[in-house]
Amino acid sequence: MDLLPVALTIITASTPLLLAATGELVTEKAGVLNLGVEGMMLVGAIAAFAAAVSTGSGLIAILVGAFSGVAVAAIFAVLTLTCLANQVATGLALTIFGVGLSALVGSNFVGISLEPLPQLNIGVLSTIPILGDLLFGHDVLVYLSFLMILLVGYFLSKTRSGLILRAVGESHDSAHALGYSVLTVRYLAVLFGGFMSGLAGSYLSLVYTPLWAENMTAGRGWIALALVVFGTWRAGRIAFGAYLFGAITILQLHVQGWGINIASQFMTMLPYLATVIVLVFISSDKMKIRINAPQSIGKVFYPPR
Amino acid sequence: MSQIFQFFPKFVLEPRLEVSGKWVILSPIIAIILTLFSGVIIFSLLGKDPFLALYTFFVQPLTTMFGITELLVKATPLVLIGVGLAIGFKANVWNIGAEGQFTMGAVFGGGTALLCQHMESILVLPLVLVLGTLGGLFWGAIPAFLKTRFNANEILTSLMLSYVAVLCLSYLVHGPWRDPAGFNFPESQIFSDYAMLPILIENSRLNLGTMFAILVVLVAWILMTRTIIGFQLRVVGLAPTAAQYAGFKQSGLIWLSFLISGGLAGLAGIAEVSGTIGQLLPSVSPGYGFTAIIVAFLGRLHPVGVLFAGLIMALSYIGGENAQIEIGLPAAVTGLFQGILLFFLLACDVLVRYRFSHRSVLTGERCE
Repeated sequence: MDLLPVALTIITASTPLLLAATGELVTEKAGVLNLGVEGMMLVGAIAAFAAAVSTGSGLIAILVGAFSGVAVAAIFAVLTLTCLANQVATGLALTIFGVGLSALVGSNFVGISLEPLPQLNIGVLSTIPILGDLLFGHDVLVYLSFLMILLVGYFLSKTRSGLILRAVGESHDSAHALGYSVLTVRYLAVLFGGFMSGLAGSYLSLVYTPLWAENMTAGRGWIALALVVFGTWRAGRIAFGAYLFGAITILQLHVQGWGINIASQFMTMLPYLATVIVLVFISSDKMKIRINAPQSIGKVFYPPR
Repeated sequence: MSQIFQFFPKFVLEPRLEVSGKWVILSPIIAIILTLFSGVIIFSLLGKDPFLALYTFFVQPLTTMFGITELLVKATPLVLIGVGLAIGFKANVWNIGAEGQFTMGAVFGGGTALLCQHMESILVLPLVLVLGTLGGLFWGAIPAFLKTRFNANEILTSLMLSYVAVLCLSYLVHGPWRDPAGFNFPESQIFSDYAMLPILIENSRLNLGTMFAILVVLVAWILMTRTIIGFQLRVVGLAPTAAQYAGFKQSGLIWLSFLISGGLAGLAGIAEVSGTIGQLLPSVSPGYGFTAIIVAFLGRLHPVGVLFAGLIMALSYIGGENAQIEIGLPAAVTGLFQGILLFFLLACDVLVRYRFSHRSVLTGERCE
């Protein structure tokens, strides 16, 4: 059994989860629960795909994907932050909207296939036998996913702005009283979440399966949401979780190759079942969740005057 | 800085002393009108005559008797699921997995129907319906158990279980339950007449399931307004702390919400397969479980409101199909409309609890 191809597919399956979860981590740390990750990913996926088909440029496609994620996140931000709407309901609306919008735009793109993004060639490093393939033979989004989770981890725990963002998420009234603009911080955090979800969607339609299919995210947005809980709102654990789930997702492709005969539906179920099991495992320690979860999460901020 | 993000720097939102009854009713009406306006824009962008498109979407389906029966057929599952979800949402219990409970209702009930294929007894139908309802109830009980026992977020678990349920159905109709005489299509046998809900109007698909929906609306109305359980559910949603001091058991209400909404989704699922479809297919729902979330909100989380909202959302389904056939609009327009409608609704709902005030942001004085 050759492990290298397995390891390579794990990386491709984990990258979209890691990208989306990184964005949601920042959003939730600022005290906003955006359940619309799935919708933002779908919009990012179709926008990136459409841009790639019409311009042929990978870079433009990635940017278009990411910023269309920002655009739909902006709708969520206006509704929940300015119009004080319920975050759970608005997040669900965002997902329903994203599914519909992407399917409508995508109806013109069904059946078109695309050259996947090129692998970055990092000089000599990429030619080292196994390590070269494993570490240095990927496309730009894979490296970006590593870079972003590192940056976000550093930002949240080591910088002053990160501290302010966490303060807003822990107690918006206190942060407001200290003179920080809760709304500004939250707007930026939600838009960043949209940006990362857009990137995650772009990765799916540009690299993972370089074609468009309705609902192609297949619940990955929801798994990314669960990952944030799984990682108890910490960057390192979220990265670990993303790779764990990437591995579980990819198992179905390899199990058949290893001669194990299980109906494909049961293998496809694995990531969803694993999400439930992992959530149960993590959440059963109520204290752990209470200590780590941002205290203002999901609550409407109405500025006192 | 924050003022940049306020729509009208001079007009700020001010909490109302009590919920505005006027806006509870007005908000969905305005949201629907705004959605129709967006429809005009979207249709124009797609290069269609917007008014012809609106006509084929929202009026033409209602001009024939068949169209009206189809509307009721599509509204039935939406209302059944929507009533259940509304009860949970009132208590802040977020069951997002109705699609899975619907599918499990179809699996359990449909499985029973296949098992009883050769039994010629009038007891088959009640058995099928009861097991279908129990299937949905069982699938709804899982997130309730995980929430109350392990504190696991019910939104994520119920949604994940939806994917699992749909895959279960897919496995069954591709494998053990496939019709041996079905030319290898992933479909079950067609149910025997004894397992089918009777048709109410000849030459239509309107069946007894629609009567269940109306009955459920009435029962839920009584439950929510006339019983202590309904009162407790409402208090938990409106004032969780008060509910705690009053000694209402939170976990009991979570269980109740999930069992009711799961059971009703299961009933909707079995009514769909044994009333409308007549066999098990790999997919038995065009997203009823998710659309029902919109139905619940549009219906103001009130059973009677849900009835009307279910009819409106059903119209968007058959309108979408009609527009696809008549003027070649992509089917996905329906989903987009549904999302936009919910957005507008949530935006308008801000006026239920808040009102615009002329207060100056800086000084806090009234400056009319």
